[in-house]
Amino acid sequence: MRARRLRASLKGWGGVAAMAVVCALAAVFALCLPVAGPDLVDGAAVTRAAQTRTVRAEEDCEAPEQQTLSPSSADGDTIRAIKNREGEKRKLIVGVDQNSYRWGYRDPNSGQSAELEGFDIDLVHRIAEDILGDAEAVQFKAIPTDQRIPAIKDGRVDMVVRTMTINCERIKDVAFSAPYFKTGQQVLAPKSSPVTGYDDTLAGRRICTAAGSTAYSTLKADREDGRIPADADILKAVPNQLDCLVRLQLGEADAVVTDGALAASQAAQDPTVQLKGDAFTAEYYGVAMKKDADDLVRRVNQILVDYRKDTANGWQASYEQWLSATLGKDARKSEPPAPRYLRTT
Amino acid sequence: MGEVTVTHVPTSSAPPPRPGLSTLPAVPAQPAPTPRAPHGRTEPQPRRTALAEGFDQLRAAATTEPGRLRIIGAVLALLVVAFGAVTAWQMTDRAAAADDVLTSSQPLSSDAADIYRSLADANTAASSGFLAGGQETATSRDRYERNIRTAAEKLVGAAANSDPDSPSAATIAKLNRLLPEYKGLVERARTYNRQGFPVGGAYLRYANEKMQQRMLPAAEDLYKKENQRLRADYADATPYPWAAIALGVAALAALAWAQHRNYRRTNRVLNHGLVAATATVTVVLLWLVVGHSFARAGLNDSYDHGVRSLNVLHDARIASLKARGNENLTLVARGAETRKAGGETHDAYDYDFRAEMKALGTYLADAGKLADDSSGERPVTAAAGNMAEWNKRHTAAREQDENGNYQRALDMVIGPKDATGECFDSVDENLRTALAHEETEFRHAAGDGRDALTGLSSGAAVLAVLGAAGAVLGIGRRLSEYR
Repeated sequence: MRARRLRASLKGWGGVAAMAVVCALAAVFALCLPVAGPDLVDGAAVTRAAQTRTVRAEEDCEAPEQQTLSPSSADGDTIRAIKNREGEKRKLIVGVDQNSYRWGYRDPNSGQSAELEGFDIDLVHRIAEDILGDAEAVQFKAIPTDQRIPAIKDGRVDMVVRTMTINCERIKDVAFSAPYFKTGQQVLAPKSSPVTGYDDTLAGRRICTAAGSTAYSTLKADREDGRIPADADILKAVPNQLDCLVRLQLGEADAVVTDGALAASQAAQDPTVQLKGDAFTAEYYGVAMKKDADDLVRRVNQILVDYRKDTANGWQASYEQWLSATLGKDARKSEPPAPRYLRTT
Repeated sequence: MGEVTVTHVPTSSAPPPRPGLSTLPAVPAQPAPTPRAPHGRTEPQPRRTALAEGFDQLRAAATTEPGRLRIIGAVLALLVVAFGAVTAWQMTDRAAAADDVLTSSQPLSSDAADIYRSLADANTAASSGFLAGGQETATSRDRYERNIRTAAEKLVGAAANSDPDSPSAATIAKLNRLLPEYKGLVERARTYNRQGFPVGGAYLRYANEKMQQRMLPAAEDLYKKENQRLRADYADATPYPWAAIALGVAALAALAWAQHRNYRRTNRVLNHGLVAATATVTVVLLWLVVGHSFARAGLNDSYDHGVRSLNVLHDARIASLKARGNENLTLVARGAETRKAGGETHDAYDYDFRAEMKALGTYLADAGKLADDSSGERPVTAAAGNMAEWNKRHTAAREQDENGNYQRALDMVIGPKDATGECFDSVDENLRTALAHEETEFRHAAGDGRDALTGLSSGAAVLAVLGAAGAVLGIGRRLSEYR
């Protein structure tokens, strides 16, 4: 009894002591800030501005989606190496996603098969059929968003077909095909959320993005530029955009920023969330390959030309099967413009 | 009075020569006038402390035979009682520690291992269920539910047996908080999976992350803490009670000296009281040494043949579970995670799988060496056989996966026939059998050890009181001769 009373009284004194310490600290800060403050803030601001400028300079590269080689069906070293794989290994190794609803995923209700399916997967089968003569001659590797470029550079995959945006930063590391899909970054939030789009309503909101995604880098740059409020809280990036839907549903995030095509896939899995506002960027998906695999890039570009022309079993059919339910019947806003091949070397 | 003088020495008979004690009265035939000590003071000195006064009185008393006898009696009684008390105290501690080993710390250490195992197994069952591509099977669901139930039950038991404010209690509270969170994530994953949405898989990944990064490390921590407690209980139960033994020997020596002195003074061979005291002290000392040696042997046996085997087998079971979990994740992740080791890029989960299988092999070899009879060795040998087959099938499955035959690889890992899952189940079953066997051995040996201490402390206390009474009476009998 006495011990408890003693402890209680100690606690009381502890509170008083804590208050005193806090007051003292506040006083010390108040005294120090005018001296250290301006220097610190200015220095940081300068660095950030410089960073923003470099990011912007890279963004300003000429239309990255047109920096690709002209189509050709000729076999080169890369294609020959793939064709020379023996026996069971004679397969195209492709990095894909298995978590993007209707792009690359496994339908748990498709029976006992573990086949991946979706819009990206259709394209992979088409490429395999063209190069190896067998649509099924594919070895799928599931690649997290931020592992797409390392996987290509290390030669773990021949190509990545995984809702991958063509941008200036990435064309330094890998070669892209011509674009096969058009989309843009969009905001996803619960229907009841006050967030209305990519604007000031994001103030103080926790925003989820995938690691290594264009959404993450765009958000960072836009927050520096003041395009979105400075107190928008960009959460630690998750491995996959779908993990953002999990965080959203668990209340660990308030909004998701990702490609409109993928955001629509997320909304399709949860009727209580919706896309907020219009797409605030224009982006194109391309097939990524090794920087020096010129013959493969030309070949894939040729395949894309044929794929888009093929109305019965090509791009249009795949869109209708997988994406019309989430992105609307009209495929024109998702169709990329006629490709241009500006890269020569 | 039971005092009977066996050899009556008449007062007129010549006393035995006493060269060393010539200044003292040879035979206390009649109450002699108290001789003064050579330097004894007769007049009281001013400003003397009570202690000094008492000391002087004692010194004065020590110069007379009845005074000496009183002191001897008191010292003997004190020694015997102290021996009894220290014996009772030390043996109560040891008996309590031995009882804790058997009924509390070992079961808790086993429970902690079970908590870890159930959690890891539940997680593996959940991921296998989804891995199948379709909906989870009744078998995998049952396995998951059973494991969650076991973990929850054992957590309640562990919570009841841990001291509040101890680090174990904090870990248990953490696990109790995380378990429903984990279960909630898996339930959401199931619901979405039923609707055919890949976000179910994302929930499962999140649940797996929670399990791997927070729950399993906490469970492992708990297991280590409970093992430490078990070792501490062993350390409390097995050391020799040196203080009690030393006091016992001292009491016996004092009794022997007193009797010898008695004989030299009176020529009487036996003083019944002192003999009774000697007998009880001897009995207690023998009981103490023999009982404790038996207990110690039993407990050491239970540690060497029980606890060490159990620990190795638990470790083996955990390694096999981790290996299985990693094997499944290799197929779930499909090459998403890689690790660079030795200049080569490996699939992170397959790399971990191989590490765990290697650990499993080591643990099984150790368990085989520790097993001391054929019924303990048999399941371990069988498990080693299962493990070899598992490795073989795993290599074949990996080859299929490397060749892009994902479905075939999947069938070889979680399929209904000839899959690695069968091997894992056999390993697990054999390890379970071996654990049950070692558990019985442990209970047997530790139970024997604990039972060897039964009644020792209370017996020692009662006998010591009797012994002290005997000593006092024995001395009293001699003392009465002066009145």
